[in-house]
Amino acid sequence: MNMEARPVRTAADEAFIKAFAEVGADLPGSANVKAQRAAAFGRFEACGLPTRRVEQWKYTDLRQFLREARPLAAPPGAVERQRANDAGRAFAAIKPRRLVFVDGTFVAEQSDLTKLDDGLTITSLADALAAGDAEVVKRISDSNVSQGDIAYALNTAFMAGGVVIAVEAGKHIARPIHLVFANCAEKPASIFVRSQVSLGAGARLTLLESHEAFGAEEYHVNSAINVDLGEDAELDHVKLGSDAAAAIHVSTTGAVLAAGARLRDFALTSGGAMVRNQLFVTCNGTGAIVDLRGANLLKNRQHADTTLVLDHASPGCQSRELYKSVLDDTARAVFQGKIMVRRKAQKTDARMMSQALLLSETAETDNKPELEIFADDVQCGHGTTCGALDEKMKFYLMARGIPADEAEALLIKAFLGEVIDGISSEGVRVALSAIVDATMDARGH
Amino acid sequence: MAAVQETVDHVRRIDVEQYKYGFETKIESEKAPKGLSEDIVRYISAKKEEPEWMLEWRLEAYRRWLNMREPNWARVDYPPIDYQDLYYYSAPKKRPTLNSLDEVDPEILKTYEKLGIPLQEQEVLAGVVGADGRPKVAVDAVFDSVSIATTYKEELAKAGVIFMPISEALREYPDLVRKYLGSVVPSTDNFFATLNSAVFSDGSFVYVPEGVRCPMELSTYFRINEEKTGQFERTLIIADKGAYVSYLEGCTAPKRDENQLHAAVVELVALDDAEIKYSTVQNWYPGDADGKGGIYNFVTKRGDCRGANAKIAWTQVETGSAITWKYPSCILRGDNSSGEFYSIAISSGRQQVDSGTKMIHLGKNTTSRIISKGISAGRSENTYRGLVSAHQKATGARNFTNCDSLLIGEECGAHTVPYIEARNASTQFEHEATTSKISEEMLFYCMQRGLSSEEAVALVVNGFVSDVLQQLPMEFAVEAQKLISISLEGSVG
Repeated sequence: MNMEARPVRTAADEAFIKAFAEVGADLPGSANVKAQRAAAFGRFEACGLPTRRVEQWKYTDLRQFLREARPLAAPPGAVERQRANDAGRAFAAIKPRRLVFVDGTFVAEQSDLTKLDDGLTITSLADALAAGDAEVVKRISDSNVSQGDIAYALNTAFMAGGVVIAVEAGKHIARPIHLVFANCAEKPASIFVRSQVSLGAGARLTLLESHEAFGAEEYHVNSAINVDLGEDAELDHVKLGSDAAAAIHVSTTGAVLAAGARLRDFALTSGGAMVRNQLFVTCNGTGAIVDLRGANLLKNRQHADTTLVLDHASPGCQSRELYKSVLDDTARAVFQGKIMVRRKAQKTDARMMSQALLLSETAETDNKPELEIFADDVQCGHGTTCGALDEKMKFYLMARGIPADEAEALLIKAFLGEVIDGISSEGVRVALSAIVDATMDARGH
Repeated sequence: MAAVQETVDHVRRIDVEQYKYGFETKIESEKAPKGLSEDIVRYISAKKEEPEWMLEWRLEAYRRWLNMREPNWARVDYPPIDYQDLYYYSAPKKRPTLNSLDEVDPEILKTYEKLGIPLQEQEVLAGVVGADGRPKVAVDAVFDSVSIATTYKEELAKAGVIFMPISEALREYPDLVRKYLGSVVPSTDNFFATLNSAVFSDGSFVYVPEGVRCPMELSTYFRINEEKTGQFERTLIIADKGAYVSYLEGCTAPKRDENQLHAAVVELVALDDAEIKYSTVQNWYPGDADGKGGIYNFVTKRGDCRGANAKIAWTQVETGSAITWKYPSCILRGDNSSGEFYSIAISSGRQQVDSGTKMIHLGKNTTSRIISKGISAGRSENTYRGLVSAHQKATGARNFTNCDSLLIGEECGAHTVPYIEARNASTQFEHEATTSKISEEMLFYCMQRGLSSEEAVALVVNGFVSDVLQQLPMEFAVEAQKLISISLEGSVG
């Protein structure tokens, strides 16, 4: 039957509506910001949390995962802040500049804001919104980023914590910036964070991001990063998702690239009950280069969803996507990738690949790689594979005296290796490989 | 693409003024009043002298249809259809009896002649394989809503194969039809299939008994002639254990200004070790250069590999219709069963194609293969939409999918929307898709050897679709090749 989906409000929808009515007016922002929050919330209110009837959420029924909306996270107390000191250790070896967020609130005291590199400014989002910073305000509801997505609209309505990072034209920031998200509250909470990163022409930055839990197992994070790259600017973004076992994590990365800009994005997801990484990338200038990668290491009933829309709006851009998932138990990986080539985007070169390795009989993977092409002089392709570990390869290794579990681990590492090898910073590569190794060792077969 | 600038110009010119089958046959026909109501459903059923249960089945579908909404997820765009402004039944006026083809209205025969169906020639050939070894083809011609003449019936009957209009089968083999009708595409399936269930007027019925290899290719021609008639045919093919049948379907419609609706349902049932090969060449009127007129082709085709080792293969060459909404699918229920889908979809002018397949793996060690070639030219939109899914118990499922799109011209679009769902570890799915324009290098290579740019494009396009053309039965491959060149005439020479 093709009945239209009637939005029946769930307990979670009602809770969000109540929360917005109660605290909406107190959330940071000038009048303009408040109006944008209200408009975004209105869109959420009209349709509620997305269900599988919404095509973009076909394989991830957010309404099912988020049965009840937790109250908005309270400002962190001393205990929570104390816990956050252990967060983000994975990248400690490369000594990044740490910006610490405890339960979504930016904690300047725990962050490293000293000796800022020349041309780098870091402001808390709350301050920027309250001051009505024009640059920040105009990007809040950028349609290139929002794509009409409801989770993002919800983020716009409730965003409170976050930072605004700006790099002046021509400046290369050598020291990576690390956004350390530590969820430390004892009680389950909802956390909405939003950051904005803008790089002037020719600027360069490496941005690391990690999400970990030191408090309740159950919480809901809705995080968003808006990226704006000037001409020939370069951004490396690496995200580490090590959320608690019962966490629901929805993140949106929206990027707009000017001519010749480069974006390299990588996400490693190993934690969380349900993780959805959305990427909306628009190549607005000629010759922009996009490289998106990701790896999922899932077990038990984990569910990870990567949904990306790559909009080639200008000629001569190049994009590469490579996503790999290793699935054990009843884990499920979803990949939805859409490459859009607009009429004027001639000479586009786009390639997308998603692969899944199913380690258990009950694991599941769903793929929807989409091409939408309006220009004729282009090269676009996508591929998808899924299957179990190759028994022959395993046999080959075992015939050489390697025990079965080690052989498996070796093959899995090799499978994921291709994704990690593409990361330019050696320090980050080593850190990620260590995480993969640790996860494999913990697998204990 | 500079090398084929002429091509682009030609594509712009290519409009369906060239539509070869745009003639109308003036014959008296008998129509039901315009519009759709329970009375019309009863009228159709009564005209067909159907058993009571069939009328009930239709009415149930009709009542359900009233509460359904037209699907809007496909990438096609058309003005709303007024379902009350269509004729749901149109039959050529009956002459008392038809003992031979001579008695068929000569106008109708002329139409077929223009279509190039060698009906009489076929009868001459009956029982005799020509000196050139040409195989025989049995033709069941559907003219608007009624099958006119069925050739080869006798010879088929000798083999035990039942091949007749479904309306006749409902009278002669009601139990057999009742057992399988709606078992693959239930009357509740989707908006258009439900509409079809309520008002289908005719179609073909094929039953190949156990262990029989159908002695000839079965073929049917659909042609929509009357103005403002929806054609709702229903085809049901059953291959019993170990049987084999190859079925060919060809479609044309005369030129009309108003869009005509075509909502067919095709059901295939393959039992243990049976094999069904279903080939379609669809060449309905695509509308003129401004997108005016043309057929809306909203078709539900599905095959059910119900038994172990069953095999169903769909091959389609889609060059016509203003709008195509069609997903021939396979339900791989039996262990070791296999499904295949080979498709060439060519769109030019203002055509919109949203087509693909579904391969649903339910049994163990089931395999499927999808080869889809889309060519868009002019200002057309060509979408491949497909699903490959493996159920948790479908261990050892294998799929290979390859969908390639070729763009000719700057104003067309090519889209790929595959869904790949694997629910167990022993599944091995591979999917690849590419979109590109014709490689300059290839053209250069051909032209360097003395071919004109148009010949070169023709050669490359032919090579591009050859994987699929090879799957067509001989008789059809020739026709399909011709169609491809007509469709791209001007753009490929």
